[in-house]
Amino acid sequence: MHDFKYGRATSVADAAQRLAAAGEGKLLAGGQTLLPVLKQRLASPSDLVDLAGIAGLAGISATAATVTVGAMTRHADVAGNADVRRLIPALAELASGIGDPHVRNRGTMGGSVANNDPAADYPAAVLGLGATVKTDRRTIAADDFFQGLFTTALEDGEIITAIEFPVPERAGYVKFAHPASRFCLVGVLVSKGPMGVRVAVTGAGQEGVFRVPAMESALAGSFTAKAIDGVTVAPDNLLSDMHAGPEYRAHLIGVLARRAVAKAGG
Amino acid sequence: MEAPPDDLGVPTFMPTISLRVNGTPHSLEVADTLLLSGLLRDVLRLTGTHIGCDTSQCGACTVHVDGRSVKSCTMLAVQADGAEVTSIEGLADGETLHPMQAAFRAHHGLQCGFCTPGMIMAAVAFAKANPAPSEDEVRHGLEGNICRCTGYQGIVDAIMTGARAMHAGKA
Repeated sequence: MHDFKYGRATSVADAAQRLAAAGEGKLLAGGQTLLPVLKQRLASPSDLVDLAGIAGLAGISATAATVTVGAMTRHADVAGNADVRRLIPALAELASGIGDPHVRNRGTMGGSVANNDPAADYPAAVLGLGATVKTDRRTIAADDFFQGLFTTALEDGEIITAIEFPVPERAGYVKFAHPASRFCLVGVLVSKGPMGVRVAVTGAGQEGVFRVPAMESALAGSFTAKAIDGVTVAPDNLLSDMHAGPEYRAHLIGVLARRAVAKAGG
Repeated sequence: MEAPPDDLGVPTFMPTISLRVNGTPHSLEVADTLLLSGLLRDVLRLTGTHIGCDTSQCGACTVHVDGRSVKSCTMLAVQADGAEVTSIEGLADGETLHPMQAAFRAHHGLQCGFCTPGMIMAAVAFAKANPAPSEDEVRHGLEGNICRCTGYQGIVDAIMTGARAMHAGKA
């Protein structure tokens, strides 16, 4: 790693101030992406501002209509939370399949969403459930938040504080995990609820997570796996790497979307 | 020794952290960039924690921080300030092996042994939450740990036995 200065913020305002004062500061959440990136010297921030000591940034609260997850909530705590399991079981299941147990004990929802890795699981949940990203400056709808590979609507120095999920009538998530990394070759989250019918795909898009309008309108007519039989996604803008080409990923989107609908009880 | 100046010409000082490792309290100055794996191995000389891939994939460096399994190569030492850390050296009670260690020995859950400390630390954390795991559950629980000898069958058998032994309260 290149040298950096580590500092622990005591509040969100303190974190913002430390970030502004730093030459080239980075926020440290769970560190499960950032630390490997630093170790490979793919980034060389002057300062790391640790959010772990800020009271109130971790934790989950729920009403009948919403589940709000603090930005510093670890994946394992989302997976094991009784309210999440009762109200949005698909979200709990998604969280229980991120990385591996040790990564889930450190990684955070805010960190994952801010990073917007094209193969991460959480972007599919945020977009597929129509969540709202809350920051220290504003609230951002999921549809406006994800803006391409590792790119989000977050401004310089803007800090995610929580993510609010509307409780769906039904939702399901299925991923085809890379057997070694557990990242998504393709992951599909489908939901039906206050945000309409949504189909969000991660792991496959050259621009990161995306929705599939043709599947959404078919499912709006009939929320069954059969309704999207034959609805395909063109391979044109899909990722290609040593593990899977764009045609295979396009095929997986169809298969996994049908399985996700079936899992959601459709 | 005088600390080297940073780019503002202000001397930099290393942060001081306090933590307990295997029950022993420590108060240490550490570099900002020091990893928890480095703290354990190079500063405290607890070399049972192994560094395999150093890229957060193999799990050989797994330890417990405040009771939860983590990859110590993917956590800064300063992030463990105030924490209770348990490494493989902290499991046995004197000459008496921890039930999971005993199960690994009984089932020969190792070949070269390099991954074993991480496997056992992962297994103990897993077994705390899964008192009577199925083979599928054990294999899912091991997704963060790689055995380069591919000796998984013995490891899985050991964890199924070790988990039950931990909850029966006998080795």
